[in-house]
Amino acid sequence: MNWSQIFDNTLSSILSPATMGYALAALGLAMHFGYGGLLNMGVAGFMALGAYGYAISILTFGFPWWLAALVGLAAAAVFALILGIPTLRLRGDYLAIATIAAAEVLRLLFLTTTFDAVTGSADGLAGYHGSFRESNPIPDGTYGFGPWAYNETQWWVRIMGILTLAFAALVVWMLTRSPWGRVMKGIREDEDAIRSLGKNVFSYKMQSLVLGGVIMAAGGVVYALPSAVSPGVYVTSLTFFVWTALLLGGAATVFGPLLGSLIFWVIQTFLSNFLPALTKADIIPFMTDVQAGTLRFILVGVALMLLVVFMPQGILGDKKELTFVR
Amino acid sequence: MNPRTASPRRTRSGAIVALATFLAALFAALLLPTAAHAAEGDPYTISGNVQLDGEPLEGVALSIDGPGGVQDVETNDEGRWSVKVPEKGVEYTVTLDEQTLPEGIAVVEDTDGDGAPNVTTAEMGQGGRLTVNFFIGEGERNVTSFFDQLLQRLLLGLNFGLMLGLAAVGLSLVFGTTGISNFAHAEMVTFGAVAALFLVGPASLALPVWLGIPVAIVLSALLGLVLDIGIWRPLRRKGVGVVQLMILSIGLSLALRYVFQFFIGGDTQQLPAMVPSVSIPLGGAVSTTLNDLVSMGISIVVIVAFALWLTRSRLGKATRAISDNPSLAAASGIDVDRVVRVVWIISGALAGLAGILYAYYRPGIRWDMGAQILLLVFAAVTLGGLGTAFGALVGSIIIGVLVEASSLWIPADLRYAGALVVLIIILLVRPQGILGRRERIG
Repeated sequence: MNWSQIFDNTLSSILSPATMGYALAALGLAMHFGYGGLLNMGVAGFMALGAYGYAISILTFGFPWWLAALVGLAAAAVFALILGIPTLRLRGDYLAIATIAAAEVLRLLFLTTTFDAVTGSADGLAGYHGSFRESNPIPDGTYGFGPWAYNETQWWVRIMGILTLAFAALVVWMLTRSPWGRVMKGIREDEDAIRSLGKNVFSYKMQSLVLGGVIMAAGGVVYALPSAVSPGVYVTSLTFFVWTALLLGGAATVFGPLLGSLIFWVIQTFLSNFLPALTKADIIPFMTDVQAGTLRFILVGVALMLLVVFMPQGILGDKKELTFVR
Repeated sequence: MNPRTASPRRTRSGAIVALATFLAALFAALLLPTAAHAAEGDPYTISGNVQLDGEPLEGVALSIDGPGGVQDVETNDEGRWSVKVPEKGVEYTVTLDEQTLPEGIAVVEDTDGDGAPNVTTAEMGQGGRLTVNFFIGEGERNVTSFFDQLLQRLLLGLNFGLMLGLAAVGLSLVFGTTGISNFAHAEMVTFGAVAALFLVGPASLALPVWLGIPVAIVLSALLGLVLDIGIWRPLRRKGVGVVQLMILSIGLSLALRYVFQFFIGGDTQQLPAMVPSVSIPLGGAVSTTLNDLVSMGISIVVIVAFALWLTRSRLGKATRAISDNPSLAAASGIDVDRVVRVVWIISGALAGLAGILYAYYRPGIRWDMGAQILLLVFAAVTLGGLGTAFGALVGSIIIGVLVEASSLWIPADLRYAGALVVLIIILLVRPQGILGRRERIG
């Protein structure tokens, strides 16, 4: 068994764009669920809008990369508005079903062969990197050490990802400490009480939905930055994985989503390298490589079940600050 | 709307089989480049596979036009054809001669949208291999009238809706009695099919169908019982909130889904036929199959039995009482735990049956087949009114018909999206659903 390679890959995942994409999505979800009590099960849809908005703007309309990223974020904001109007007045589980359905509709629209010329249907989109890579100020070469040695393009992706993540975390941190954030937490705990104070609960929830959605879309853009956009990624499982990451770190915290995503990806990468290695070394001979690969997703499901029952506040959360009120 | 352009002449089962055929052909083309009539010396290959419902069709004539001239080829005894061509990065046109197909069979999907389903134009990529497949099924070569198509779709939709209904009433009962929006219901559906696969599948126990399928349904009921004893009842005792339970059901759904993948792998597997494959004409171009009729018959019988149970039996009345007001029901001496356990058992059995019928409807068993229809089931339940069993049934039939009929107007791969859009619109205009009551929406 090649331990050094397993650990190299595992440590490398700490700085992977996928981790940052998940962290941003989980941060947006913390905004929705952790601070606002909104059961958004459409994370995949918001991320898909970011990713497809970015890729389509570049490939079809020839926008520069920064404008394309803004298009992705704007698309998510519009989606949140459209989605919020019918659903935010409803009880939590209706919102969950409506958002998961809306995300699935989006995925089917990206997947259909009808819009193949724009969305690439099942093949997805690739080859939109020109403008982003041209703007790279880092001279050619390989930088870093150990598992974190990347070339200039890889660093540029990672730096932009970290900057986006840091900015989003700062915004969420400041917002949740503001009067606005306190009203949101109040809505999460008791909507009627806040309403009786004369606040427009619907408007606050809508602001939260749009803001969190935009952060998720930023996650989608970062996720799409290094390689390609594939419709197979934006399935409901993605939403559930982001939920797992969020609940692991702590839903009603700013750094919980970041920590949760990091742990989620480190464990996922480790298992995806370690389990097949075990089967290859005949330590668990009753499994094939593919089965060993499937095992880690079973573990995600079990982890989500255990988390929500035994540690609903997550690693960084405060048990006194209830996250599941209704 | 012009039916000719709006709806390709296709049947549901034909397209799904053809899709599976396409994938199989893709692998076959990669692994087994058996050149039937190769023009030796040319470097690049165009190939394909002509099958109907898994059976290869021999002697189907195709002609391939492009650089290097027209080449004619016939499928071999495995249904395969392939030709060698001189250039890549250019377009080739493949024409399938429908006259050489068996009676009543046609190319049913116009993959490149040029109005002629049996002609496909595709570009040979840089890989130097091109696979061209035609979606073949029981279709009319002549365009059927719009009315006939609509009738055909309504019939298919009714079958699909009844099947969804089996899954939906269970989901709705569970929601009514326990308040759980159970996302793992999808996996209870898949479980029925997977259990059937293990019992009657040719590669495992290979029990006869009449024995294996009832046993699979009993196992599904057991799954409901085991989940209630193992997970839901302890959590009910612990007083865990419904939102937590919903997220827990998502975790359970993920875990079970990948457990299925662990055991049956990622590809589609088929159950042995329940009844002989017979097509029954119903006048005009409308026809059905014996399998669909049996499936509808089973659904109707089970649903009627379920309705009688729910309205007439003591336990059924107790179930409805708990759905209405759990505290009052408990106070009037109803053993809530026992009723809820029965509800889980019934829900599991109905979901398992739905899974088996769905496996014949699709056709095929996949590890995520339940997840594919879960949102339609939720849409049906929401449309009918969360927590009302009969509402769920009405909602299911509407959703089933809507999904099938909508493919007359919108592309077939968007028909599920249409149903989900309806779900969102229903939430906008009548969130309590058709038969639901206002206070349930909170």
